[in-house]
Amino acid sequence: MITDAAISDMFPALHQSIGGKKLVYLDSAATTQKPQCVIDAITSFYENDNANIHRGVHTLSQRATKSYEDARTSVANLVGASRPEEVIFVRGATEAINLIAQGWARPRLCDGDEILITEMEHHSNIVPWQMVCEQTGASLKVAKVNDDGSLDLDSFKSLLSEDTVLVSFAHVSNAIGTINPAKELCTLAKEVGATTVVDGAQATGHMQVNFTEIDCDFYAISGHKMFGPTGIGCLVGKYSLLEEMEPWQGGGDMILTVSFEETVWNEVPFKFEAGTPNIAGAVGLGAAVNFINEIGYETISTKEQELLSCGRKVLSSIDGVKLIGASEDNSGVLAFTVNNVHPHDVGTILDHSGVAIRTGNHCAEPLMNRFGLSATCRASFSVYNTTEDIDRLGVAIQEAIRILG
Amino acid sequence: MSDLRELYLEMVTDHAKNPRKRGKVDACTHIGTGHNPLCGDKIVVTIAAENGVINDIKFDGEGCAISTASADLMAEILIGKTIDEAKILFNGFHGLLTDDSQPTEVPRKLAVFSGVREFPMRVKCATLAWHTLISALENDGEATTE
Repeated sequence: MITDAAISDMFPALHQSIGGKKLVYLDSAATTQKPQCVIDAITSFYENDNANIHRGVHTLSQRATKSYEDARTSVANLVGASRPEEVIFVRGATEAINLIAQGWARPRLCDGDEILITEMEHHSNIVPWQMVCEQTGASLKVAKVNDDGSLDLDSFKSLLSEDTVLVSFAHVSNAIGTINPAKELCTLAKEVGATTVVDGAQATGHMQVNFTEIDCDFYAISGHKMFGPTGIGCLVGKYSLLEEMEPWQGGGDMILTVSFEETVWNEVPFKFEAGTPNIAGAVGLGAAVNFINEIGYETISTKEQELLSCGRKVLSSIDGVKLIGASEDNSGVLAFTVNNVHPHDVGTILDHSGVAIRTGNHCAEPLMNRFGLSATCRASFSVYNTTEDIDRLGVAIQEAIRILG
Repeated sequence: MSDLRELYLEMVTDHAKNPRKRGKVDACTHIGTGHNPLCGDKIVVTIAAENGVINDIKFDGEGCAISTASADLMAEILIGKTIDEAKILFNGFHGLLTDDSQPTEVPRKLAVFSGVREFPMRVKCATLAWHTLISALENDGEATTE
């Protein structure tokens, strides 16, 4: 098995000091650090292969097209899509959800229809649906979250009805790390005939996901939360549904023929990729997928679970620290508050110790309200973290308590 | 990196832990609501003014140490000041935190926040109460640090 030091060595940004102290990066739920192989793949693309894709007959264009399409195949294989065409490159998970909202839901929903989401959603899995409701007259239903941060299954079931046209939920909560039983929820949604969307932004960097096995209709992926660059993500969708959908943006590359009388759409997935895409981003994401395959999801999740249980132990032992939403099925997120110390102050004091965490509402205001909080502290792990990082976190929290508690 | 002690001076932590002016002014003449979407902090400033003089001012709401101490010290310092004087103090305080091109004269009590300038992410915390004050005085409305 690959050692901690060997993994950490693959991430150049981790090896720096902040205020004279070695950086401890515990904000991977916001974005993961990038391994050297991803950085090299992007550099190499620009240094050697840079050209526009799909249309050029020259060598560079062919190389660029091959790299871009190879990345699509890598993602499709990683998440168990039944064919590469089921993977559409977008800017990120947010754009993937907006594409479904505007491309699939908006033309199909009408007054009286319902969209079901959950209380633990990121704003990006709330607002696009609110927009669709506004545009179509459909209404938004919200399944409750239990005190331990898990989804209230009874609430979820009770809100499903024949009016439910679409169900969308996070595979993993960004704010508290809860892993939702995606397959089970999709099965329940299908019983009432609803189309299913899984927001996988926080999942694919941490655990094996199988699109076909979950049997959802759409799955949103964020590249930068799985060791890839920012500005690239994927919408994975069932081929038949993608075929039925109209394109959502018009432009180059998404058409077969254009005339002023009639324009014919290109085939899936190209009809959803108008304009020159983020080619280098896709290449970087392809390298990130190779990195994950090389390390293996088993190593990643074993490591993160070990860090999570160690982190819960360390934090629970500090007087005045309260864990928020510490459900059993958790992908490596420690959400917590410190008595009498505002999360913003905790964040500043931890940063001063070289420990990077996220503080605030984590783009999940409704979930914060659910727990009666305006903000929390969040330490989130990835495969490159170590138990020493957790010790540093504990010491820094005690320093915050000493200063302000 | 700037020293944490310059940010969390004793006067700041003292006012953060034990704010003297938290609450609502009875019979207030001006009210303003402030919101920092970045951290979710919300604050309500209530003022009782007569003939252009601030007789009493309080703040309510939850916030970080910097925003709470700033609101508390602001309220303490403004009692007895005219509305015009309050606006001048706002400009001075704002300059202290954001403008390093020229030295800003502010009362000693407010100068404790000069260290915040070295923590750019926290400037909005320190100025939220003051923006809310101005919105209460001018619009009787809502301020945001956005």
